[in-house]
Amino acid sequence: MRISRSLPPLYIGLIFTLLYLPITLLVINSFNISKYGYVWQGFTWKWYDKLWHNTALKDAFLHSLSIAFTAATLATLLGLLMALALYRYRFPFKRTASALLFILMLSPDIVLAITFLIVFMALGLQLGFWSLLISHITFCLPFVVITVYAQLKGLDRNLLEAAQDLGAGERSLVRLIILPVLRPALGASWLLSFTLSLDDVIISSFVTGPGYEILPIRVFSMVKVGVSPEVNVIATLLLAISLVSAMLIALLLHRKKDEKT
Amino acid sequence: MSVIQLSKVSKRFGGQEVLSALSLSVRQGEFFTILGPSGCGKTTVLRLIAGFEQPDEGHIKLEQTEISKTRAEFRPVNTVFQSYALFPHMNVFENVAFGLKMAKVPKAEIRGRVEEALAMVQLKDFSDRRPDQLSGGQKQRVAIARAVVNKPKVLLLDECLSALDYKLRRQMQIELKQLQRQLGITFIYVTHDQEEALSMSDRVLVMHKGSVQQIGTPREIYEAPSNLFVAQFIGEINVFEGLVEAELPDYSYRVRLAHGGVREVRSDFRFAQGEAVHILLRPEDLRIHYPRTGESPPGFQGKVIERNYTGKTLDSLIQLESGQQLRASEFFDENDPDFDYRINESVWVDWVHGWEHVIPQRPTEHA
Repeated sequence: MRISRSLPPLYIGLIFTLLYLPITLLVINSFNISKYGYVWQGFTWKWYDKLWHNTALKDAFLHSLSIAFTAATLATLLGLLMALALYRYRFPFKRTASALLFILMLSPDIVLAITFLIVFMALGLQLGFWSLLISHITFCLPFVVITVYAQLKGLDRNLLEAAQDLGAGERSLVRLIILPVLRPALGASWLLSFTLSLDDVIISSFVTGPGYEILPIRVFSMVKVGVSPEVNVIATLLLAISLVSAMLIALLLHRKKDEKT
Repeated sequence: MSVIQLSKVSKRFGGQEVLSALSLSVRQGEFFTILGPSGCGKTTVLRLIAGFEQPDEGHIKLEQTEISKTRAEFRPVNTVFQSYALFPHMNVFENVAFGLKMAKVPKAEIRGRVEEALAMVQLKDFSDRRPDQLSGGQKQRVAIARAVVNKPKVLLLDECLSALDYKLRRQMQIELKQLQRQLGITFIYVTHDQEEALSMSDRVLVMHKGSVQQIGTPREIYEAPSNLFVAQFIGEINVFEGLVEAELPDYSYRVRLAHGGVREVRSDFRFAQGEAVHILLRPEDLRIHYPRTGESPPGFQGKVIERNYTGKTLDSLIQLESGQQLRASEFFDENDPDFDYRINESVWVDWVHGWEHVIPQRPTEHA
């Protein structure tokens, strides 16, 4: 009896240890004086300081942030329009359109990467900021559409008609009903896109050029010669960003329930 | 004076005809109900009037002005939706104020009118609540307040009580009716609940498969249905088949019944000799006799195969020798409050002369 009751926590504990042990080690190592990180030799901010003075890395980080920010914003806007179209209007090939989005979401990154490359080559577009931006928007888009569409589906079917019935024109409809009601989904989509864009390696490595290096690729080339403490620091920072985004997403999507109190 | 007029309106969805050349006219200030089974097109009629759909053919007039091309937001009509459709991100006050805000009514006036509307539906102290903090009945009231606060020419209500439980529904029916009298606004109410339609309406339109079956007062619909569909949809009814043998004076006919026997009946319809007719009788209009042995009273012989005590009435199911089953409903008599049937008891079924309603078997045009 006692064994069976203590088994589930043990089992779950083991799984989570396995999942989070590497991450914890990484975070700890970013504060470790030891350069190789096999033994703990004391606490330090030195690696953070070193990263701060590494302009190449800092540039890459800023590039990543600007791509992620722009891609997330544009993908959210486009995705909103697409979700609204799927929800509100009857048009030919509507089902095909939503199926195609799913396919895009499920297709392997490597396939997408190659297809992007082919398209950019055919168009004669120089690889760099624009090629990165276009491809990031593309792979973020399905996630936005699906998140926003899911919330639209959960709404009262007659909500928009009720607003029209009460005299709201298209503009008021968007400003006073659609945007406020969809705010959680839009926020969550933006954060999701931001994180997706920030840590993409595969597609980015195909579609960026030497003139515009972004963080994940920079890190990737750094670890080829061994994991340096700076990489630990970058990873820790990225982890923090992802964590904050995840918390914000959860907060946004669940705020509605909290409002009851 | 008619406030809403539909003439020969047709609507198709994806090639399927939902409304076929439907015409109707709703009078100023009346409680008009559109009644029909689900899928008969009644909600489509409402959506056409509200402006959420455009007719493929025909005209819609509001007080003599053609509105079939006018967008929903410019029509002086408001809708109470079946799902209430309250704005989830606004509180009760903001919900009710929305229409007035859209109409650019001055702020000070909005406050007064919203408070008045909320008081009318007994939700004065709920202004700050959000829709997800309200019960079904309260949401319903907010939806009504949100619509009537705009003083629409016509209020459209789409099966808006069907989500409530029985008791609350009865109460809301009475409140709606009172509200309508108090405001003097024309109500167009859509429902599939015939009891609701009969008890609330000034006039009822019975719809089936996209066309009008009958328009009339609840009494006319119940007592003089214009065809078999209306008769069977509204309440319970017993149908006897017969053939007209001869025309008699004073709108009377001699009819030979399929069960045997000849009856004299009255009808508002004109029949030719030899024409097939339906004789309709409500369960409460049947008379049941239980003869002593050897006696043979008028009517048809049958036996009781089911009896149900409902409190007010004793309802029985009687099977005739032909196999046809009849429903009878009898009120308890002061002299015999313990009156009951035995299953398989042999009885004779008849009706009071003149209480029958006779309609032709051929398809009829609605009045």
